[in-house]
Amino acid sequence: MTEEQIIGQSVPRKEGRDKVTGAARYIDDMTMPGMLYGATVRSQISRGTIKNIAFDPQFDWSEFAIVTAKDIPGKNCVALIGDDQPCLADGRVNHPEEPILLLAHSDPHFLRMAVDAVSIEYDRLPAIFTLEESEERSQIIWGTDNTFKTFLIAKGDVDQIWEKADYIVEGEYTTGAQEQLYIENNGVIASFHDQHGITVWGSLQCPYYVHKALMTLCNLPAEKVRVVQVETGGAFGGKEDYPSMIAAHAALLAIKSGQPVKIVYDRMEDMTATTKRHPSRTRHRTAVTKDGKILGGEIDFTIDGGAYSTLSSVVLSRGTIHAGGSYDWPSVRIRGKAVATNAPPHGAFRGFGAPQSLFAMERHMDRIAQVVGISPVEIRRRNFLKPGDRTTTEQTIREEIDLGKLLDRALVVSDYHAKKARFSRENEVGTIKKGVGIAAFLHGAGFTGSGERYLASVVGVEGCADGGMRVLVSSTEFGQGTNTVLCQIAAEALGLPYEDVRIAPADTKRVPNSGPTVASRTAMVVGSLVRSACLGIKQTLMASGMLPKSHSPEQLRAACKAYLAAHGELRSFARYEAPEGVFWDDQKYRGEAYACFAWAIYVAEVAVDLTTYRASVEDFVALQEIGRVLHPILAKGQIAGGVAQGIGFALYEKVAWKNGRMQNGQMTNYIMPTSADLPPIRVFFEEMGNVHGAYGAKGIGELPIDGPAPAIVNAIGDALGTHFASIPLLPEDIFEAVAADREQ
Amino acid sequence: MRSNPADYSLIAPAKLDEVVSLLADEPGQWLPIAGGTDVMVQYAAGRLPARKLVSIWNLAELRGVEILPDEIRIGAGCTYTELREHHGIAQELPLLASAAGWTGGIANQNRGTLGGNIVNASPAADSLPALLAYEAELILVSARGERRLPYLGFHTGYKKTKLAPDELIRAICLRRGLSGYLHYSRKVGARNAQAISKVCIAALGRLRGGVIGGEIEDVRIAVGSVAPVPLRLTEVERIVKGKPVDRELAHLARRAVAARIQPIDDIRSTARYRSEVAGNLVAEFIEQLGATAGRPHE
Amino acid sequence: MTDSSEHQGQCEISFTVNGEAKTVRVYAMERLLDVLRLELGLTGTKEGCGEGECGSCSVLMNGGLVNSCLIPALQAAGSNLTTIEGLAEGPQLSALQAAFLECGGAQCGICTPGMILASRQLLDKKTDPTLDDIREGLSGNLCRCTGYMQIFDAVAEAARRRNPA
Repeated sequence: MTEEQIIGQSVPRKEGRDKVTGAARYIDDMTMPGMLYGATVRSQISRGTIKNIAFDPQFDWSEFAIVTAKDIPGKNCVALIGDDQPCLADGRVNHPEEPILLLAHSDPHFLRMAVDAVSIEYDRLPAIFTLEESEERSQIIWGTDNTFKTFLIAKGDVDQIWEKADYIVEGEYTTGAQEQLYIENNGVIASFHDQHGITVWGSLQCPYYVHKALMTLCNLPAEKVRVVQVETGGAFGGKEDYPSMIAAHAALLAIKSGQPVKIVYDRMEDMTATTKRHPSRTRHRTAVTKDGKILGGEIDFTIDGGAYSTLSSVVLSRGTIHAGGSYDWPSVRIRGKAVATNAPPHGAFRGFGAPQSLFAMERHMDRIAQVVGISPVEIRRRNFLKPGDRTTTEQTIREEIDLGKLLDRALVVSDYHAKKARFSRENEVGTIKKGVGIAAFLHGAGFTGSGERYLASVVGVEGCADGGMRVLVSSTEFGQGTNTVLCQIAAEALGLPYEDVRIAPADTKRVPNSGPTVASRTAMVVGSLVRSACLGIKQTLMASGMLPKSHSPEQLRAACKAYLAAHGELRSFARYEAPEGVFWDDQKYRGEAYACFAWAIYVAEVAVDLTTYRASVEDFVALQEIGRVLHPILAKGQIAGGVAQGIGFALYEKVAWKNGRMQNGQMTNYIMPTSADLPPIRVFFEEMGNVHGAYGAKGIGELPIDGPAPAIVNAIGDALGTHFASIPLLPEDIFEAVAADREQ
Repeated sequence: MRSNPADYSLIAPAKLDEVVSLLADEPGQWLPIAGGTDVMVQYAAGRLPARKLVSIWNLAELRGVEILPDEIRIGAGCTYTELREHHGIAQELPLLASAAGWTGGIANQNRGTLGGNIVNASPAADSLPALLAYEAELILVSARGERRLPYLGFHTGYKKTKLAPDELIRAICLRRGLSGYLHYSRKVGARNAQAISKVCIAALGRLRGGVIGGEIEDVRIAVGSVAPVPLRLTEVERIVKGKPVDRELAHLARRAVAARIQPIDDIRSTARYRSEVAGNLVAEFIEQLGATAGRPHE
Repeated sequence: MTDSSEHQGQCEISFTVNGEAKTVRVYAMERLLDVLRLELGLTGTKEGCGEGECGSCSVLMNGGLVNSCLIPALQAAGSNLTTIEGLAEGPQLSALQAAFLECGGAQCGICTPGMILASRQLLDKKTDPTLDDIREGLSGNLCRCTGYMQIFDAVAEAARRRNPA
């Protein structure tokens, strides 16, 4: 067995040169002949009916293409899971910024004025804005009971454990909305021809999601819709489902006007009108022995989905399955619920429900530690899952993971014990209080349960005229390294130099559906299929007699050229097959939820300045077991980036809501960390391999955002002795708690 | 971008005389724009009422720092970068240099001007407390000539100043001779850089004889973001002047601060937080003054 | 809509971009960002926020870093501008560009042009910057992908290459 040559190396980013020279072309860098600009007229109220739409007579509206719901050729919805979200409001609005009407014009400045020249009168209806109001059901705004979805996970016998408990520990934990804040706003260009149908180019994660939505909206067959992803400036889930909406709008304007139409949002529109992380509330009630062993408990996990169902059921699913964390629960009942409010629908953001429920779990572990009188380190050690244990969904841990040992390593590299002792002493004087906090967690990679089987992803590899090979996937690059890693895997599998492998643009006309670029599945699941397709292409060449079994790269290139000369094309496809012994029961919500888990222990050191009540993270250790490090620099970059977003989630990023509308939709008052705000983020890996992932890799895209917030809030608890249960945790909140403590 | 460039005029006369003549001929018609770091944000948001703008960015008469025997005279068109990099200012007026370093990132410091910061008159502006603490004076210029007035009281209300419609700030004058003082300043924002201040303080102090244990001989305390205008806390100064520094005095000062300021709840912070932190910063200043006796700020 | 010959408010503005003399006919209050992108086709400079907070629109103006979204075209008259397109010399990348590539300083790439120019301004002023210098020099350029760590590595590496010890 030869050592890998390319896997494990930090090969150059495939599209990197273009990015550092300014040659990379994002959607707003592109124009087309005859292109118009499009804009959206949006609801100014939270809920109600549209009484009248008036167009200011000072404008010559004949210069504009105008689209309303009546212009929709197919079904007025953004097809995703449910079909309840309209593409354009038709008489009824259910959230602020809901799209009502579209305009297109050749002058983008004039267009902007025109948006303000459309006046809409409404009959308002009472609206609801919080989880609690939704649960009260004094107003029903969705379905019969404001509830998008529920899940129940039941293991063991929860009702029997309470009387055996030495302690019953309760806690309620909440997390706020978080804006993905990709630095490139949403944007698309659409064009329409009677013959070819619709083509959309855009900044997006999932070309085939957009493809499906446009088929339904425009009542067109698959071959008359084409979606092309172009260079995308960040996404993090914020461009998973939303692009279907903006693409639909541009397509409708292109159909109406007969010309290509570009829609690119400015920052305020993007922040106020598009998706955010679901706000959450988690309630824990846990039975614990005096040795700190969890006997069992009840967990209620509720998320606010906004006005339409969109992705809430899947976010709920992941959050519910992760709610028990990396611990052994002999008995547990976990109720998950997603409810409706009159806000723009919430959507995907890295972690997808897990950062919310894991925040609660890891805060709760520190609370349990406090009540029982055991250290945060020991409480975790005593409850960690071990090989052979079963998770809350009864998934048996089959790999030889030793979380206790992982914890030990994290404690050593973070100097946890020494710091804890030192801070304890130093905190007695002065106005700066320091603390350290831990988060232990896991993240299941790939689609949940039967999801991957349902996706039935297909990947292709084709031979090129110069003898090199090209990867054909609908998986997209948006900074995380898709292009690089998939080409690396292909090069390794083929035995070609990395430079000889390229990847096709994610164009639905050209590439098969390898599934959406989400759920930390690309390197692991799609990469595995890329490898299979490469082995397939070699088999084809060998079967044709043009390639010997043992061959050099030169021989492979020659065989490829020869095959192309003889047959015209050389292509091999691989389709996802569910692995043996992986079984998920959708009815009972039980079984193998994920093909594998990545495991992590994060340690945060914070300093709280009691003069200003500002908490800053001084040092951060991120240690994770991820199967295999395919590309060291990319892997480290993913972890550092995710940690930074997690720090923002904990301490800086607050959405200020008023009647369902975001009030701080500008970079000046929605605060993300600058280079001057972050600590050294020290990243460490362990590699145990993974039978279900390419070259042993596990998915890592989302893992790093699950841990920072609870680690930081645990550290602040250590520093101040005050235990916070809610994020974002701002200086104003720390002040109010300290002031309240003082008064007692 | 929510404004149409076609709807706006911008001219750039070469000399200050031409600008003040224009302002005199058509008062209230022309908005002066220097570095544009405030005006252009409003413009991009579609919230700039003015339609005619006159650029004062390149006027040589508004640039430059003059070191005179008794005062330092700073051209209103000096950028924050120029303030930070000027040796005399860094040396003798450290509160101004540090405020310049807090304002935005490097790109905004290269364009934002001290005059612009004053005229924009945001109560959260970073350099204004320093100007109050240093008891600055302004030289204003118009077609009618020049006048000089104390910076104290220049702000008459929220975003209102004593500047006449035909006037520009020409220079900011700061007296020298503050080497025996402790210069203390601190800005509290939502993050370490690029943050609008929630509370901001600039203060100067000196103990009698320059000796630890001596009474407070001279003290000036100015705060921003806690009222519609930047404030000089003269009542607090009166309470602490002539007294030796101890914990009790710092406490007294803290309570006096709370009584004087009028912070609000807004999108950035709360009144209670601002009040608490402003008090803490003043107390910290008093304690540092007691500990250092007014030796020059490092 | 009126055609371009009737845009009376427009004026001719000349400046140098990446060493080349340019003259454009635009409104005086056109944003320099839009002049670069739309009139001159230099799309390497990006718009991320339109309010001078994110730094994706940063360019060098007479050697100093500025946010081009906040500069009216008329105020750029006679200036010497450098955009990201002006850094490489043909196929030869600058030290910063090469370092960003090798150290993982660019992920999605949208902040990268501004970030590289901000780094360039920093290294022009401080040839041997400390980590704190780098943090401060880049604090006006937001990156959502990297968490900044590998950007710091890239700048430090470029500093080393520009000044071999």
